Amino acid sequence: MAADSAKAGALLFVAVVLQLSIMSQITILGGHPNLLLVTLVCVSLLRGAVFGAVAGFGAGLLADTGVFGTLGFTALLLTLAGYWTGRYGETTGRDRAHAPMVSIAVITLLYQIAALVLRYMLGQNAPGGEVFAGLFPTILLNLVLTFPVYALTRRLLRPREWAPREVRLLG
Amino acid sequence: MAGLVVLALLLITISFREPTSGPLHGVQSAGATVLRPFEVAAERVARPFRDVYGYFAGLVHVKNENEKLKAEVNDLRQKALLGEAARAQNTRLRKQLKFVDSPVFPSDYTAVNTRIIGWRNEFDERVVIAAGRNAGIHQETPVVTSDGLVGSVTQVSGSAALVTLLTDESSAVQARDQDSGAFGVVRHGEGASSLIVDRVTKDKRVAEGDVIVTAGTRSKQYPSLFPANIPIGYVVSVGQSDTAPFKQIQIQPFVDFSSLDAVTALITKKQIPKAP
Repeated sequence: MAADSAKAGALLFVAVVLQLSIMSQITILGGHPNLLLVTLVCVSLLRGAVFGAVAGFGAGLLADTGVFGTLGFTALLLTLAGYWTGRYGETTGRDRAHAPMVSIAVITLLYQIAALVLRYMLGQNAPGGEVFAGLFPTILLNLVLTFPVYALTRRLLRPREWAPREVRLLG
Repeated sequence: MAGLVVLALLLITISFREPTSGPLHGVQSAGATVLRPFEVAAERVARPFRDVYGYFAGLVHVKNENEKLKAEVNDLRQKALLGEAARAQNTRLRKQLKFVDSPVFPSDYTAVNTRIIGWRNEFDERVVIAAGRNAGIHQETPVVTSDGLVGSVTQVSGSAALVTLLTDESSAVQARDQDSGAFGVVRHGEGASSLIVDRVTKDKRVAEGDVIVTAGTRSKQYPSLFPANIPIGYVVSVGQSDTAPFKQIQIQPFVDFSSLDAVTALITKKQIPKAP
């Protein structure tokens, strides 16, 4: 567990640094790839809901610090993203080859909308038109990133052997 | 999970309500300082790849741009000759009048040239620069490039600072039409990264192609953060309606905010005059 945490921590730290210094400059057809979100989703799928939520909180806090953003903003969004993906990985998405792609597509969509709503609620700039115009390219770019990132994450964090759930019959 | 969500909400609330000098922002500044070397290293590794991409992307538009620039060079040569004569006359007359002036751009400012280490995204019109309090930068320091005005510093740590761009919703600059002398306020327009000149009354003359520069301080109650005569952009459209009290002026900024790379923070060498 400790080794897993260290590996996931290092992976997410590198993802935060790359996201802030390199990926945030890339705009293709109005879409912005989010390496941090993709990495978090991959980690959460392999390690479950609680691990995903904690990893999301830590990585989000680091990202907020790096850009002088509202502290807790990205942390909140990534906590929810990590938890939801982790739950999906533990239940329906378990052992399914398409789980990373489905998770990335859905989480990217929800993340962008949630960020927009949260910013609107905080009275900050919430350019809905721009975000929705770039939504599809952003999802595509994140899906492209998913292949190498999931392969790397799987190499570092071996998939768990999920314990078969015991079903007890009453009576 | 619930605990983390509550903690995040708590952090958002404190971060949002606390002044920038508060303890949480202090912790954030320290964190940014720790993270900075990693960001700089990653940026340096990526730079050659970015340059190669930029080179090939630039080739696509190079022919059209070349023709446009040639015409611009001819025009600017003529203006430079006229400007040089006017400048010499201005210096001579100031000397004769023993004119006392507020800090003048660029001669009364020290330039701190620095790299951008954190970029804007679809939500934020802000960037992080790799110089902070240790380099003499403080809150409200104006930031420019060789093309024109970029924005101002809104948060600063020892070795980094947050620059809010001119295109951000919260930015507004007192500006002047260099050709007609009409005053207004440059602020964020309707579209993404678009700028408008607001508060220009309909009796003022503003034409397409006019150059808009910073106006400096015009009100003793609200001194401008920016020195006068920093280029901002040129007018691309002017409109007015019977019902609106002001002209609708859209400008194209000289600075390409989508490809900012290095910027200059301007630190004044002279005391900025304050109204008694």
